Amino acid sequence: MRIAVVDESAARASVIREGLATLPDCEIFVVTERRGLVARIGEIAPDIVLMDLGNPSRDMLEDYFAVSRALARPIAMFVDESDDEAIAASIDAGVSAYVVDGLAAHRIRSLLDVTVRRFNAFARLQAELDEARGALAERDAVDKAKRILMDSRQLTEPQAYAELRRTAMNQGKRIADIAAAVVTAHQLLGGGG
Amino acid sequence: MTTQLTIGFLPLVDACLPILAREHGFAEDEGLSLRLLRDVSWATVLDRLLYGHSDAAHMIAPLAIATTLGRGRPAQPLSVPFVLGLNGNAITMRPDLAALVGDAGRLGDPARVGAKLAAVAQTRLAAGTPLRFGVVHRYSSHSYMLRYWLAACGIQPERDIEIVTIAPPFCADALEAGEVDAICVGEPWNSVAVERGVGEIVLVTAQIWRRGVEKVLALREPVLDERRPEVEALIRALARAGAHFVDSANWQANADILARPEYLDGDSTLIHRAIADRLLLARGGATVDYPDFMFQYREAANFPWVSQAEWLYTQMVRWDGVPHSPQEAARAAHVFRPDVYRSALIGTGEPLPGASSKVEGSLAQRTAVSTQQGAITLERNQFFDGKSFDPARLEEYLASQR
Repeated sequence: MRIAVVDESAARASVIREGLATLPDCEIFVVTERRGLVARIGEIAPDIVLMDLGNPSRDMLEDYFAVSRALARPIAMFVDESDDEAIAASIDAGVSAYVVDGLAAHRIRSLLDVTVRRFNAFARLQAELDEARGALAERDAVDKAKRILMDSRQLTEPQAYAELRRTAMNQGKRIADIAAAVVTAHQLLGGGG
Repeated sequence: MTTQLTIGFLPLVDACLPILAREHGFAEDEGLSLRLLRDVSWATVLDRLLYGHSDAAHMIAPLAIATTLGRGRPAQPLSVPFVLGLNGNAITMRPDLAALVGDAGRLGDPARVGAKLAAVAQTRLAAGTPLRFGVVHRYSSHSYMLRYWLAACGIQPERDIEIVTIAPPFCADALEAGEVDAICVGEPWNSVAVERGVGEIVLVTAQIWRRGVEKVLALREPVLDERRPEVEALIRALARAGAHFVDSANWQANADILARPEYLDGDSTLIHRAIADRLLLARGGATVDYPDFMFQYREAANFPWVSQAEWLYTQMVRWDGVPHSPQEAARAAHVFRPDVYRSALIGTGEPLPGASSKVEGSLAQRTAVSTQQGAITLERNQFFDGKSFDPARLEEYLASQR
């Protein structure tokens, strides 16, 4: 079975590829380039196309599936009524599947199960990464704000931190938010940095 | 007690009414909390609607009918209780093609541009490099308006020229790269191409059909039935957003809202121009005013005329190559739900037409029409070729278009 994974996120595409590689007799093709996508799909002649829901080329590709006479076998949105639950799960995970006519339903289902699990795992990783990045950025803002207070009001570092903390508590906000406000105000007032 | 409704949309100026209904508190006044869900393809907007990620969606009108009829996927009945706007699209060509067929410095005359284009199309076809047009979706008003114009000018789509699908944000790139010679797309994407100097606006779709149906509010039919009171509240909020949108006092503020990252994430100057029916046709030129380029509110523009759905159905028969069937025509007509629109707005200040269907494109001058409430005067609403569509004579119309 020939599977095309169309995803502009190369990282996610490789996570999907790795998952699908565990299935028997699957040949997997990853397409991350937007340019020339339709021609590439034509060359691959896939039995199934997996594409992330956020992919801006979906309408173009569906149009190609609908009108192309170049394709020997018609491809449709994965649509067997009996598989509605599997489709719903894949849409929830953020992936759409297009399947050539006549592909056995049980094969599609096991393949989709793997894809959905991989998509969900990737989304979880991404969320954790975003959180970690956010935490780093916040720590950076607090450090900058402390430095500004230390310089402008001749405070020690513990005093500067206590000042941020007190203001945050008084205003019912997070220290990181107060720190960001201090940094912004400082920049607006021409303090640079 | 507020109820939440999630509405899917694509970043286009004509997604304005749900966005403004939320931002100006019109939805809140109706007890609704609107959540707006942005996507980048119609396929995904539709998937989210069908699988319950959204309750309603900003949608190209023909796609609502195609989905109901099961074109390209199993049939799922959709309902349209409100039209989000008429027209607002343009045909933008690569500067070299615009120079050959356009009227420099102003919008072209559709018949004259078409005649010149027909000659270019034949030359290009003979040279083995047929002209290629981009539209945003197979089942879009853009596709149908473009094809209507081309065919009436003697250019047969698919035979004389190619028509391909391109997502709106990539239209300017495709023009620049020479992947297409022209695009038919909504704002701000024509203006983006003009600003980059890769395209010139030659025509607007309002010149092809003065009052052509464009985006609609679509819901799954069972959702409309289950959540009828909320849907009617949404219709009232959207109608207020329409009145606000067309008031020139609000244009700048509304353009600024639409330009925000969570909505169109675009240039508020370009968005303001579209709202004001003003177009910069070519980079370095002067702007041109074209009244009713976008048509979001006046003349009960949001009323879902059954005859509009039927016209779209005739074009689907014409271009899909699927034979006409009276059952399918009836199912297509039933997608548009004037009954819901009426029941939502009865007793408000919004005018309601007396009829639910009309002869499309038949008015050459201002005409007062009978109403259920309020007063409505329709202005001219013709197709550029002077033909009109009488839904009572649908089969005759289909035969005349072969």
